[in-house]
Amino acid sequence: MTAFFRGKGWVTGLFIMLALLLVFTRVIQPNYGANDFGSLVRAVLPFAFAVAAQTVVVIAGGIDLSVASMMALTSVIAAAMMDGATEEFALLVVPFVLLVGLSLGALNGILIVVTRVPDIVVTLAMLFVLQGAALLVLDAPGGSAAEWLKELVVGTASVPGVPEAVTDWIPKGLLLLLVCLGIVWIPLRRSWLGLSIYAIGSNQLAAFRSGVPVARTRIIAYAIGGLFGAMGGLTLTMSTGIGAPIPGPYLLASVASVVLGGVVLGGGRGGLIGPIVAVFILRLVRTDLTLLAIDPNVAAIVEGTIMVVVVMLGAFLAMRGRTQ
Amino acid sequence: MSISAAPEPSVSLRRRIKRFMSDQPLVPLLILLALLVIVLQILRPGIVNERWIANTIKFAIPLALLAGCQTMTMLTGGIDLSVGTVATMSAFIMSTQVIDHSPAVAILICMIPAVLIGVANGIGVGIFRVHPLIMTLGTSLIGIGCLQVYQRTVIATGTKVPDFLGWLGTGLSYGIPNALLLFVPAAGLIIFTLSRTGFGRLLYAVGDNEKAARLSGVVYWKVITTLYVISSLLAGIVGLLYVGLIKAPSLSLVEPLVLPSVAAAVIGGTSIFGGRGGYTGTILGALILTVLTTLLTVLQMPEGARRMLFGLIILLVTAAYLRIVEDR
Repeated sequence: MTAFFRGKGWVTGLFIMLALLLVFTRVIQPNYGANDFGSLVRAVLPFAFAVAAQTVVVIAGGIDLSVASMMALTSVIAAAMMDGATEEFALLVVPFVLLVGLSLGALNGILIVVTRVPDIVVTLAMLFVLQGAALLVLDAPGGSAAEWLKELVVGTASVPGVPEAVTDWIPKGLLLLLVCLGIVWIPLRRSWLGLSIYAIGSNQLAAFRSGVPVARTRIIAYAIGGLFGAMGGLTLTMSTGIGAPIPGPYLLASVASVVLGGVVLGGGRGGLIGPIVAVFILRLVRTDLTLLAIDPNVAAIVEGTIMVVVVMLGAFLAMRGRTQ
Repeated sequence: MSISAAPEPSVSLRRRIKRFMSDQPLVPLLILLALLVIVLQILRPGIVNERWIANTIKFAIPLALLAGCQTMTMLTGGIDLSVGTVATMSAFIMSTQVIDHSPAVAILICMIPAVLIGVANGIGVGIFRVHPLIMTLGTSLIGIGCLQVYQRTVIATGTKVPDFLGWLGTGLSYGIPNALLLFVPAAGLIIFTLSRTGFGRLLYAVGDNEKAARLSGVVYWKVITTLYVISSLLAGIVGLLYVGLIKAPSLSLVEPLVLPSVAAAVIGGTSIFGGRGGYTGTILGALILTVLTTLLTVLQMPEGARRMLFGLIILLVTAAYLRIVEDR
């Protein structure tokens, strides 16, 4: 039991914090209902995918500074391809964009492995490259998205046999998020490959000596990061209906949520659930600050302070844990 | 001796060049810089003249100084991404405060946030052991928020850039940029501190092997806190210089220089993992990046292609440099 809490304690704490925040939101805004929850989920979607992308890479012992640019690029590619095309054509666009994300992510990994340049520098360079590519695809926000894609994130899911009062609280966006993450993450986590990703993040030399193909695993980790990035880009296009070539504030948010979610920078520890809950918490804090009618600029300060304090606390606890 | 020294002349020559380059890591950087200037001259004959050189130096100086913050923090295995925010804050606060106060007072006031952010970074990294990347990103987020709130309060005051900052930022004396008056002592001080003083040695020691440094009696948090305060102060000064150069204070004034400043330090051969590097290489790195930017502008590429090339070249240069310096 204690082992369970030591292992899952952080994630449990995050869930409790999220619940408390939801209660708090309900208190300050009694009208806060299913609709508002739906819009919260829509706002969270791109952040959640950015966080997922960052999580996989960080667990493998790296860091990906190019995640926001990756999302911008995939988003404009999707929007530009669907512009003026038929609804059916979008069925081809989605896998194509996912493939682009996967291969660009793999390219990140290959460059790190082949050039032996530190990952921070490689992904920093890729940040510029992908941003530039996005500007070449669309030099101003534009393009369009297929209707069925847009509808994937609007409204609530209806499950037969479940009363509407419950399904009202299950926005389609949430299902989309869970399905997309689950399809990739659950098989990965249970496979030898997932274990290898944790292994190279935790101790590269030990992993190498136990026969883990370090280089290949690292490339795959970045490729999966790219895939999640592409999903994030697609959700951007879905929820706005256009593609914007300028990357959003996803880099900082993704790193913050990863740390807040209990994934150790440096790799080897943590999971995907923590960071995803963390991103919900951070967005909900923002919602609450807006509901409290706090100046958005002050809200930015509060948000930054919360982030820094939580991260400090996490680092402090990790340090205490090490010395004991 | 002569028999064993050169069994195969061609291989030996290549190896000797390589050995020479890895012993003198600045030489390949100088060659690259010269190559870039030559390419520029070929593409646009006559562009390389006295005025161009003065201009390049003028724009390279703020970048080189910011990259100085990165060099010092990277030597300890850290990074300081809050320099852009700190510089922007000091520039903006100075140019609004100078309307009510004398320039000296305004400059003193605008250094307060720089020191505060530096102290916060130092405490976070040194005592709480937060990853420097996160800590400095976080404080820069807070700083930007504060600056926006501050802007709300001074929206009616307007802004002004004191004449002497304009003189320092853009002026030329006998064809030599005045900014060198600030840069040469500052760079000299950084180089001297890093290579000749105890504090500089502590930075290398902490970055090379933190545990060993700790066991030899280095008080980690003191070193780190001092370092981040110095880095922030330097960034604040860069902000003042940069607003003198650009002459239009805004809320994202220095932000575009942050990632290039990291790139300049990395190109200059400072290891991002700490313990290796120096400021001389960083200065060359900043010059290379500035010339590169001019080159890409001269080629009249679309903005997107320019950014792509910029990224690719950073990657290429770093990879090539690592190969030259590390393969022994």
